[in-house]
Amino acid sequence: MSDFLISPFADNAFLHRALLAGVLVALACAVVGTFVVLRGLAFVADALAHGVLPGIASAVLLGLPTILGAAVGTAVMMGGVSVITRRSRLSSDTAIGLLFAGMLALGVMITSKSRSFTGDLTRILFGDVLGVDRLDLLWQLIAVVLVGAIAWLCRRPFLLLCVEPELATTSGFQVRRYESLLLLIVAIAIISSFQSVGTLLVFGMLLAPASTAALVTRRMGAMMAMAALIGSASTYAGLLLSYHADLAAGASIVAVAVAIFLLVFAGVEVWAAMRGSVRVTDAGHHRHHDHGHGQVHA
Amino acid sequence: MSGAVVASNLAVGYGGYTVVDGISFDLRAGGLMCLIGTNGSGKSTLLKTLAGLNAPVHGDVHLLGAAPGTQPARVGYLAQRPASSFTLPIRAADVVAMGRFAHLGLIKRARPADRKLCRESIERMGVTPFADRPLLELSGGQQQRTHLAQALARRADVLLLDEPTAGLDPAGREVFAAAVAAERVRGCAVVMATHDLADAEGADLVLLLASRLVAAGTPAEVLTDDNLRASFGFTGQH
Repeated sequence: MSDFLISPFADNAFLHRALLAGVLVALACAVVGTFVVLRGLAFVADALAHGVLPGIASAVLLGLPTILGAAVGTAVMMGGVSVITRRSRLSSDTAIGLLFAGMLALGVMITSKSRSFTGDLTRILFGDVLGVDRLDLLWQLIAVVLVGAIAWLCRRPFLLLCVEPELATTSGFQVRRYESLLLLIVAIAIISSFQSVGTLLVFGMLLAPASTAALVTRRMGAMMAMAALIGSASTYAGLLLSYHADLAAGASIVAVAVAIFLLVFAGVEVWAAMRGSVRVTDAGHHRHHDHGHGQVHA
Repeated sequence: MSGAVVASNLAVGYGGYTVVDGISFDLRAGGLMCLIGTNGSGKSTLLKTLAGLNAPVHGDVHLLGAAPGTQPARVGYLAQRPASSFTLPIRAADVVAMGRFAHLGLIKRARPADRKLCRESIERMGVTPFADRPLLELSGGQQQRTHLAQALARRADVLLLDEPTAGLDPAGREVFAAAVAAERVRGCAVVMATHDLADAEGADLVLLLASRLVAAGTPAEVLTDDNLRASFGFTGQH
């Protein structure tokens, strides 16, 4: 049994590093993903993840560190969205969608100048978790600490932004400042994680574990802890699956994370159906989310 | 500048559009001012302006001697329907605890005194039986009690409440009235929008709004048949 479950990681240094990298991705994405899910930032996060593409592609072409290119790409994307949203009557999702498509196209154009076009593009989009080196791990560790520190320091305004935005203002927190900080930690998580799971799949790691946790927890801290556990477990199971079945590693990790969401979602629905089939609530206040605490209201 | 909440020739609105103009009043500490008017008459806009959420269109307004929105720990605001997100099934007790954030800011740790205030507010509004349940599973009235407890936990010197009794059952209205009375004894000035003329009869000041200021003054001065007809199109409040 241990041959199947543990040996692959003990015997292969690259798989060992991949597991560490995946767990670091899971930690950063658990914290950031919780805010993304609660504040409804999924589309922004997706756009940021693709906004990094031209930056990374340029860095690859120029022989510069990719993380630097990713940082520049994200900064351009964040700045662009904020300028278009503030200066025009267009809604933010239009601005985000526009830049998202533009940056993606630019990224592919730049990559097409490279001699190993398909190889580079695949690596950027889907990551190369098996090729992570010590320096990458160090960057990821720094990112996890930074994201964790900002999230802890701003836990109150961030909670208010997610739950009751107006209360953030009337409690004396400057909403615009904390919204920017929130976007900043989303960007940090993406930049530090794309090496392992790629710009396309990092989105799955942001959403899947945090959404799963949202189904079964009631507090933000618990949601983050559970998301971190689910993300780490997905990394382990995904790498194992990839090793034994000879499948793409990053994709296997994300597929496991989404599968866990679907399983928990189904479990919660079945549990609710078994616990209380009749829910009587005050008129107008019935909500369809159940979260598994099936109770009969009087 | 004597009162807790003072406005002079104030115009309120949003996005450059004026809803009500020429509002002047002076509410003392411990006083109660009721805003009466139909839906869309400008009550919520005035409260949002006092809370610092909307900038005044023109005119002067001061709360506790300072501009709106500058003293979060001393001014509490409760929206008509607090825009709560239900993605996280946050517990009622945690919603009440958020009322202390204005005092705690970013880094101060919640002390036993903060927790005691939250507990007391929960008890005063009768939230205790459902304090551990997620807000989204509660009825509208129970959610309103939870948000009122959150406002009380702020321990503010000015409370701005937008239709605080909406959705409350008679027992809920009673505990709310007792809580407002206790806050006023403590010296807290209360401004509330209401559709209940009985609330207004016990107030120090009443503003009657109908997209304009119909009348302002004591209940006896404002709640006359002529004024009520001008703003509601009817007179008989009883």
